[in-house]
Amino acid sequence: MPHSQLRIVIVGHVDHGKSTLIGRLLNDTGSLPDGKVEQVREMSRKRGMPFEWAFVMDALQAERDQGITIDTTQIHFKTKQRPYVIIDAPGHTEFLKNMVTGASQADAALLVIDADEGALEQSRRHAFLLHLLGVRQVAVVVNKMDKVEFSSRRYEVVAQEIKDYLAELGLQPKAVIPVSARNGDNIVSRSEQSDWYLGPTVIEQLDAFRPQQTSPDQPLRLPLQDVYKPDDRRILAGRIESGRLRVGDTLHFSPTGASAKVVSIEAWNHPETVLSAQAGQSIGITLDKRIFAERGHIAHHQADAPTLAHRLSVRLFWLVSDPLVVGKTYTLKIATAEHRVTVEQVTAVIDVEDLSSTPGKAVRRNEVAEVVLRSRSPIALDLASDLPRTGRGALIDGNDVVGGCLVVEIEDAAAANITEVSHTVSLEERAQANGHKGGIVWLTGLSGAGKSTLAMALERALFDRGWQTFVLDGDNVRNGLNAGLGFSSDDRAENIRRVAETAKLFADAGMVVIASLISPLKSDRARARVIGGERFHEVYVAADLATCEERDPKGLYKKARAGEIAEFTGISAPYEAPDQPELVIDTDTLSRSEALAQLLDYVDETLGKNSLKSEKELTYVI
Amino acid sequence: MSADLDQLENQSIYILREAYNRIDKLAMLWSIGKDSNALLWLCRKAFFGRIPFPVVQLDTGMELPEVYEFRDRITKEWNLDLKVEQCPPEEEMDQTLPPLTRAAARKTEGLKNLLRDHAYQGVMVGIRRDEQATRAKERVFSPRSLEGDWDVKDQPAEFWDHYKTRFPEGVHVRIHPLLAWTELDIWRYSQREGIPIVPLYFAKDGKRYRSLGEKNITFPVDSTASTIDEIIAELQVTRVPERAGRAMDNESEDSFERLRSVGYM
Repeated sequence: MPHSQLRIVIVGHVDHGKSTLIGRLLNDTGSLPDGKVEQVREMSRKRGMPFEWAFVMDALQAERDQGITIDTTQIHFKTKQRPYVIIDAPGHTEFLKNMVTGASQADAALLVIDADEGALEQSRRHAFLLHLLGVRQVAVVVNKMDKVEFSSRRYEVVAQEIKDYLAELGLQPKAVIPVSARNGDNIVSRSEQSDWYLGPTVIEQLDAFRPQQTSPDQPLRLPLQDVYKPDDRRILAGRIESGRLRVGDTLHFSPTGASAKVVSIEAWNHPETVLSAQAGQSIGITLDKRIFAERGHIAHHQADAPTLAHRLSVRLFWLVSDPLVVGKTYTLKIATAEHRVTVEQVTAVIDVEDLSSTPGKAVRRNEVAEVVLRSRSPIALDLASDLPRTGRGALIDGNDVVGGCLVVEIEDAAAANITEVSHTVSLEERAQANGHKGGIVWLTGLSGAGKSTLAMALERALFDRGWQTFVLDGDNVRNGLNAGLGFSSDDRAENIRRVAETAKLFADAGMVVIASLISPLKSDRARARVIGGERFHEVYVAADLATCEERDPKGLYKKARAGEIAEFTGISAPYEAPDQPELVIDTDTLSRSEALAQLLDYVDETLGKNSLKSEKELTYVI
Repeated sequence: MSADLDQLENQSIYILREAYNRIDKLAMLWSIGKDSNALLWLCRKAFFGRIPFPVVQLDTGMELPEVYEFRDRITKEWNLDLKVEQCPPEEEMDQTLPPLTRAAARKTEGLKNLLRDHAYQGVMVGIRRDEQATRAKERVFSPRSLEGDWDVKDQPAEFWDHYKTRFPEGVHVRIHPLLAWTELDIWRYSQREGIPIVPLYFAKDGKRYRSLGEKNITFPVDSTASTIDEIIAELQVTRVPERAGRAMDNESEDSFERLRSVGYM
């Protein structure tokens, strides 16, 4: 017998008998621990209730008191074929998130419908969600056939109705099985009462389901989870969501555009060298050169890249009482990447009863809708129908997961009426004409660390050498470009993004732009790095908080200490020092001229004449 | 054939890496039983040999001598950053709990002290869904209040491997990388990987520990299985529940549930 278990979800309307079916499956396959049935019978007797198979499932006291199954419970049983785990998904409307939690893990589903009542709204909603969550193997169980005296006519009516509905979703049930869970008809053994039914029993159908598998023959998607440095190795870690990779492959990373060759697939306690890996494997790789790559970036092969999008249509389900509204901004998490997205439009709210849709401005709890999202940063993604794992995601609001979505349409830059015009003057020509490369020297550090002083001194020194250079100072840009922005965390992030975009334009024009911003958060600087690509050079202007406070050139620390400035970096808001800046300048120990000399050396080396000679080919990303 | 073990292993490593990346201050609870030994092993795989967070034993002083011996040996051999948290005495427990349950509650209090004193934001725990009905309800990332309260009726949605990793002040998260594993999976994996096992799991004089707890509240069950092979064979036919030798579970109908709702692992 194979050990690998199949995950089954059982869904349906609240009173249609899911728990009874499960209790019966456990009992009839001999999967209950000894004494369990007796224990539940005894408990029912004490409580003065007639014994129900459903009670076997209801292990929690709270459930027995309320008489409904509350949460996703996982129960194991075996047939002669293989082991199973049943994920019991509750039918009560307000417990949608538990249903989603359960069903999203399943290989296959049983949809339970009462023979007497037929498919109700919840049955249809559940079928719809199964489809949305990606469960493609579904069988229908028409339960309580004893209540309709095993009428084949009644069965046909119910079966046809649900088949028609499923067909509209593009789902074809593997079987529609008439059963009485309470009495055990057509569960394990064939019932004499339904001699007109020739299809499989529930157990036969379960054994006919196949485990869900990810195909290694699809395009490679390796979303990065983390970067580890356990020793002198730099290991990029993540799980391959589709496709396969081999040592020696050239990987490209979205959205940065960086690329490098795979030198090794790292494995611990593995005597043989690993040469390839495929979908489903959690791996670590090392590359032939040090590129900027971090959590959220997706590695792929050049030929089959994910799409980069700012605008996308999704089909989503909404889980919380605060409705999704047009204009609100959420975090969209696709694989390991997180992006801030704003709801641009609710195209349609879908009525799961008849699949009709109406436009709206909001999506309420338990509703399914088509929505257009817009992101400031480019998102690397796929259509859910092509590659589900990089084509679907979760929406997060504050601390909570509030909904899930499938990407159904992606608008690329061309369709958005933005066509990037190719310049006839290349970056290389500009660099040759200027005698140096364009680049972004990003000075980050505490207020008072010496960024502005150093920036202005560098600008002077470069200008005196005939370089094209300009300082973008954090305070100065707030008077013009960013005049509309305040000091909320969103506005600060936007301030930094705009400076990065502007800096990129300067660098494109061939200039050395010196950006001087506190930019306290790693995430904001990482985004600036994505925008700037390989031309981005992070310089950490380091100084002790105490030193900075003593210098206090703008009198800001004094005000912050007096509580006059909220969220002042270093006092009441954190400064996250860079982990791996291109350069650190310690203004605690260096004099002003020493600091400048160090910075000049770096700029000269990376952007000056020598860098032009050594690098014949100037290829820039983004 | 162990493609299913590969799948479980890959999923657990994914969870461990998510936890390490998303949660600031993390520790792993090590009960020294078979499950948390497997979890340690998975941590070493996930992080390429070096476990980047402390490993904590909640110690009641009541473990069997073989357990302490095993702990000290493995800590040294695997170079673990072990922290031993002494649990408060039984007299300080909720006296309305039945006596054996009270003894088990010491670990809950030890855990609370640990969280309070070290401000851990996440603790990894090697529980499995198939062990016990209330554990079946767990999420992979399961938020708890400072007191350890578990709100089973209002748990976060968890789908497509998107876990809840952001929390308000005062909330910590239990991370359960082994939730999808079964007892049989753990044994098959331990065998395949050669993971060291406390010898108490193997039968001696017709009895073995199937689930390992403190000596005052855990008892060996009837068994002749003295190798992993024999344990695997035994598990494929047994109908005795795994925690049959855990006295507190069987003391009263809701003992384990009461323990868990106030923060037991």
